[in-house]
Amino acid sequence: MPELAKAAKQTRAWACYDCGKCTATCPIARAGGAYSPRRHVLATNLGQPSVIGDNGTLFNCLTCSLCDRRCPAQVNYTELVRKLRELSYREGVEPECPHGGALQSVMRMMATGGTEQRRMDWLGADLKTEPKKGEVFYWTGCTMYYDAFFPDLKVTTLEGTRAAVRLMNTAGVTPVVSAEERCCGHDLLWNGDRKNFELLAKHNVKLVADSGAKMLVTSCAECLRTWKIDYEPFFEGTPPQIIHITEFLAQQWTEFSFKTTNSRRRVTFQDPCRLGRHLGIYDSPRQVLAALPGVEHVEMRRSGPAAMCCAGGTWSNCDRFAKQIQVERLREARATGAEVLVTACPKCQIHFRCAMKDPKLGGEIEIEMRDVAELVAGALK
Amino acid sequence: MTSKNLSPKRQRGVTSPPSWEPSIVVFACNWCSYAGADTAGVSRIQHQPHFRMIRVMCSGRIQPGFVLRAFEKGADGVLVSGCHFGDCHYIFGNERAVEQFEKTKNVVKLLGLEEGRLRLEWISAAEGARFAEVINEFTDQVRKLGPSKLSARKLSAISYQLSAISQRVRRS
Repeated sequence: MPELAKAAKQTRAWACYDCGKCTATCPIARAGGAYSPRRHVLATNLGQPSVIGDNGTLFNCLTCSLCDRRCPAQVNYTELVRKLRELSYREGVEPECPHGGALQSVMRMMATGGTEQRRMDWLGADLKTEPKKGEVFYWTGCTMYYDAFFPDLKVTTLEGTRAAVRLMNTAGVTPVVSAEERCCGHDLLWNGDRKNFELLAKHNVKLVADSGAKMLVTSCAECLRTWKIDYEPFFEGTPPQIIHITEFLAQQWTEFSFKTTNSRRRVTFQDPCRLGRHLGIYDSPRQVLAALPGVEHVEMRRSGPAAMCCAGGTWSNCDRFAKQIQVERLREARATGAEVLVTACPKCQIHFRCAMKDPKLGGEIEIEMRDVAELVAGALK
Repeated sequence: MTSKNLSPKRQRGVTSPPSWEPSIVVFACNWCSYAGADTAGVSRIQHQPHFRMIRVMCSGRIQPGFVLRAFEKGADGVLVSGCHFGDCHYIFGNERAVEQFEKTKNVVKLLGLEEGRLRLEWISAAEGARFAEVINEFTDQVRKLGPSKLSARKLSAISYQLSAISQRVRRS
């Protein structure tokens, strides 16, 4: 198949020398799943069309990019799996969507558009924002949908969004928060649905371009990756500077004044795979945590580029292996003696909170979860 | 089932006048609501025919994904129905249905769909007349709201607008 040869070329799959490090590293394979990145790479190189269907196992990949880091031949497996998923999707193979595909439906409805979303109810009177035009655009992501959809997990991803706007206000920035924002399309793209992704990308790029913003700040690691990497072909003219809220905080740190405190809370940081391995942003969240008074930051056993994934990145994989990965990671977090597990991506929070609901393990793996912005906003004077 | 209720593709032969009828998806549980619809049928109670029924074993099975998928595919309204409280064949399935429905409602609201397009009703196997009444009421309600703006069936939405315009022209 010519598409496979093209994919192999674009992702350096041809450089694979069959060492199997990817499969040895793969969190799913380690947890016992019948998943092998190497098999997919080899099948692509051999041009075997069977790799495309492959009983939907392509959709088990967490796309956490850990194998890319370990690969001695620099094969970009994560990119390869995405291309293969696109081919699969075209053939009609879809992921077995967790949550009954509800979230995918929501994304596709946003791609179709036509309605006025009522997504701004979370915005309190104390937060200053602009509806349309401004220098800085704050990209909220889908946190309001998550909080509405996961009431039983008690997720509070909107708290992170509110805190981010509050911090931007404190730094003297009135960001644009638009009611016309739509899903960034990250999950659709990684599910192989390029058509709907492009609809969303075009809408969003135009929305931000029309606002005249020179900078786009977001709290979501996945939105950040999508804006920085996947939206690139859609920009016309100079794209805005795209940064994560932790980068914004690190830049503006002198603007904030904090409560003095003698107590120290021990926290640990979960590197979201999109922020860390996909974009290489490891330092700014750590700078923020190190500078924050009343907080002692400790690292988990595997952190930074080696951090474990929350095992649910693209709403396409949720099984017992994912659960095992989450439980293992939460045990690691508890082993540091930290009271709070801080993260910089709403999805990490959702998936870990879900794992914590385990009736047998609950007490062993339970830990408070907060967004970085929430922690910083809570310490403000 | 009338020709009006067929999909736009099958309707293509029909030329005049372009009219729109809502497409409604009804989820009904095997033990109560579906049997209620049967009762309405055998009792020959007339009701509007613009809905498709999907039978599930229990209303507790109807998760947000089902309803949202229906809206995604162009449903103008979705009715979720099950047994009355205390009547559930599986004891507490309909209580789960309420939990799921609340979640669905929240998401539908965020998406900007009118809340009137979604309804939860309890209909027992004996309530044929009530089934007909609920269907009539809900169909009228959805008809008043017009085609769903998220409708993937853009064709029928356009034909609806055309008919509205032509009616206005005729009146003036």
